Amino acid sequence: MGGLFNYWFVIVLMMLGFYIVMVSPNLVKKIMGLNIFQTSAFLLYISVGKISGGTAPILTDTTMPYSNPLPHVLILTAIVVGVATTALGLALVVRIHSSFGSINEDELLDDEDTYRDFEDPLDPALEEPTDR
Amino acid sequence: MEHHPVVRVAAKILIPPILLFALYVQFHGDFGPGGGFQAGVIFGAAIILYGLVFGLKATQSVIPPQVASILTAVGVLLYAGVGVWSVMLGGNFLDYNALDSHDPVHGQHVGILIIELGVGITVAAVMIVLFYGFAGYLRDHD
Amino acid sequence: MSAAANTVSLASHLPVLQVAVPLIAAPIAFILGSLGAGESARRTSAEVCWWFTFAVSVAILAISGNLAATVMDGTVLSYELGGWAAPWGIEYRIDSVAAVALLIVSGINLITLLYAKHAVVREVPERIRGLFYTAWLLCVTGMLGICATGDIFNVFVFLEISSLSSYILISSGRDRLGLLAAYRYLILGTIGATFFLIGVGLLYGLTGTLNMADIATRLPALAGNQTLIVAFGFLAIGIAVKMALFPLHAWMPEAYTHAPSPVSALLAGTATKVAVYLMIRTMYTVFGVELAFDAMMLGVILITLSTVAVFFGSLAAIFQHNAKKIMAWSSVAQIGYMGIGAGLATVTGLTAAMLHMYNHALMKAALFMALGCLFWRIGSMQIDKLAGMGKRMPWTFSAFVLGGLSLIGVPLTAGFVSKWYLILGVLEQGWWWLAVLIVISSLMAVIYIAKLVETMWFREPAVDAPTGEAPLWLLLPTWALVILNFVFGIYTALPVGVARSAATALMGGN
Repeated sequence: MGGLFNYWFVIVLMMLGFYIVMVSPNLVKKIMGLNIFQTSAFLLYISVGKISGGTAPILTDTTMPYSNPLPHVLILTAIVVGVATTALGLALVVRIHSSFGSINEDELLDDEDTYRDFEDPLDPALEEPTDR
Repeated sequence: MEHHPVVRVAAKILIPPILLFALYVQFHGDFGPGGGFQAGVIFGAAIILYGLVFGLKATQSVIPPQVASILTAVGVLLYAGVGVWSVMLGGNFLDYNALDSHDPVHGQHVGILIIELGVGITVAAVMIVLFYGFAGYLRDHD
Repeated sequence: MSAAANTVSLASHLPVLQVAVPLIAAPIAFILGSLGAGESARRTSAEVCWWFTFAVSVAILAISGNLAATVMDGTVLSYELGGWAAPWGIEYRIDSVAAVALLIVSGINLITLLYAKHAVVREVPERIRGLFYTAWLLCVTGMLGICATGDIFNVFVFLEISSLSSYILISSGRDRLGLLAAYRYLILGTIGATFFLIGVGLLYGLTGTLNMADIATRLPALAGNQTLIVAFGFLAIGIAVKMALFPLHAWMPEAYTHAPSPVSALLAGTATKVAVYLMIRTMYTVFGVELAFDAMMLGVILITLSTVAVFFGSLAAIFQHNAKKIMAWSSVAQIGYMGIGAGLATVTGLTAAMLHMYNHALMKAALFMALGCLFWRIGSMQIDKLAGMGKRMPWTFSAFVLGGLSLIGVPLTAGFVSKWYLILGVLEQGWWWLAVLIVISSLMAVIYIAKLVETMWFREPAVDAPTGEAPLWLLLPTWALVILNFVFGIYTALPVGVARSAATALMGGN
C-alpha cells in the first residue's frame, strides 16, 4: 500500500465529497461537496502522470526523467470546467434563494410539494401573450 | 473596506505588481511555465482585490460590466479566429505551422501567442464578470 | 486561389467546421445579444440573435447533410486538429454512426429553433434572450462535438459544454421550479461527468493514449485487468447518468417538465440521444463487443435495467398530473427501448437502437412542441387545465394525437418501425418473453396518451378557458415533425438502410 497512498487519498476525498453531496441539505454545501469530489478526480490524473524522481517537464540542457505533462493539461481543462460548474451552481442557488426564500433542501421540497397541486408555478412577472 | 488604511495602502502597493506578474505569466508562456489560464486568473484576481477594497462602483468605473462581458466573447473569438485563419492559409484548423509559410516554428510561436492571449482575455473577463455578477446581486435585489 | 480549389479545400474541413461553426457563432451571438440597452433595442437585438442562430443552424444542417452523404458508403473521414497526427493530436472522426447522430442533432436543432422564435415570447424573459440563444448554440456545439470527435477526453469537454449550457437553458424559463430542476441536474450531471472523467483517466493510465481508435487496439491485450474493469464501471455509470438510464434517471422528468418548451423539445430530441450514441460508441468502438459484452456482461446489465426502465417509466407516466411530466417520464421508458436494442449486441438490435434514437427524436420533439402550443395558449401544463382544449385548438390537438400514435408504435408511423426491429432483434435471440414485455409496455403508452386525449377531447372546457389556436409559427414546425414521423413510417427504406449500415459497421462489418 505504501506506494499507492495517493490513490487511497483520492478514494477518501471522493467518498467525502460524495457524502457531503448526498447528506447535506444546504445547497451551497452540496456544491462544496461536489468540488471536493471533482478534486479527487484531478488528483487521480496528477498521480497517474507522476514519475518518481521526475522533474517538471521543462526543456533543459541536461536530460532527466520528467513527469508526464499531458495529465496536467487535461486537468487544467477539467479545473476550468469545475470552476464554470461551481459558478453556475452558485448562481442557481442565488436565484433559488431569491424566488423560494430558502436554500435548505428540506424546506424547498416541502414548498415544491405544496404548490405542485395548486397553481402553475410561474413567476408573477409573467408577460401577457402577444399575438403576432 | 475603504476605511481601513492598512488594507487600502497594501492593496495599492500590491495591485500593480500583480497585474505586471499576470502579463509576465501571459507572455512568457511560450518559454516557461505559464500561459493564458494562469495569467487570466492572476489578472482577474488583481481586479477582484481592487473591487474588494475600493468597492464595486469604483471597479466598474475602471472596467465597465458591459466591456467585461463583451471581452469574454472577444477572447473566444480570438482563439477561434486563429483556427479560421490557419484554415484560410491552407492548413488544418488550428494548425499553427500554416501561419508562417516560410518558417513553421515562427508560425507556432505566433499561433500559441495569440491563442494564449485569447484564453487570457476570456479567463480574466470571466473572473471579473463572475465577481460583478455575485457582488452586484445583493445591491440590485435589496 | 480559384473558387473551385476553395470549395474543395472547404469540403475537407467539414468535420471540424461542423463543430467550429456553432462554437464561433456562440460568442458572436453573445455580443449581438448584449448590444441592446433600451427596451426596444433589446427586442431588436434578441431578434437579430435569433436570425443569426437560425442562419448558423441552417449551415450546420447543411454540413451534417454533406458529411452524411459522404460517409454513407462506408468511408471514414478523419481530420487532424492542428495538423497533429492521430494518436497524439486530437482527431475528428466521422463514420456512418457519427453522421447519423450529427444529422439528428442538427435537424432537431433547426426545427426546434424555428419553434423557439415565438415560444420564447411566452416563456423566456426578454432581457436574457440573447444569452438564451448563446446557451442554445453552445449546447448544440457540445452535442455535435461529442458525435464528431475521436478523442475520449475531448468527449468529456464537449459533454460538459453541452451540459453546462443545458442547465442554463432549463433554468431560463419563467417557471421557478426550473431552477430547482436545473440545480439537481447540475449536481447529478456533474457527478456523471466526473465519473466519466475518472474512467477516462484510468484508461489513459492503462494505455497511455486518449484516441478512441488507438485505445481500442490496445485494450484486448489488457483483458481481465482490474483497473480496466474499474474504468469500465466508471465510464458506464457516467454515461448512464447522462443517458438517464433507469436508476439514474431522477434528473430528467423534472428538468424536461420545467424547462421552456423549445428547450424541452431540443433536449428530449437530442441530449439523451447523444448520450445513447456515446454509450454505443464507448462500448462498441472503444471496448469492443468481446470485452464489453462477454467479459463485463454489459448486455445483461443493460437489458435488465432497460426493461425495468421501460416499465417504471411508463407506469410513472400514467400517474402524473402534468402533461409535460407525462412526456418526460415516457422518455425514461423510451430510453429503455434504446438500451435494450444496444444491449443485444447484434446487428438487428443495434439497428433498432439507432432507428429508435432517430424516431424518438422525431416523435418526442413533436409531442413536446404540441404541448408547448397548448402552454402558449393556456399558460399551464396541469392536466385539469387542459380539459376540453382539444376542441378549441384542433390543429394542436391533432398534431399531439398523431405524435402520440407514433410514440405508441401504431403501424405507418416511425415509432412502429423501430419497435418492429426491436422485437425482431429480441426474437432473433429467442427471448420471446422480452418481446411480450415490449408489447405490453407499448400498451402502457396507450394508457397515458389516451389519458391526455380523453382530457383534451371528451371533457368540457372550463368556463374561463382561453379560446383560439396557437400561432401559425408554432404550429408549422410542430406539424413538420409530425409529418416526418409519417414519412419515415411509410418510406422506411432510407432510415432502416442507414441504421443497418451503421450497425453493421459497429459490429465489425459482418
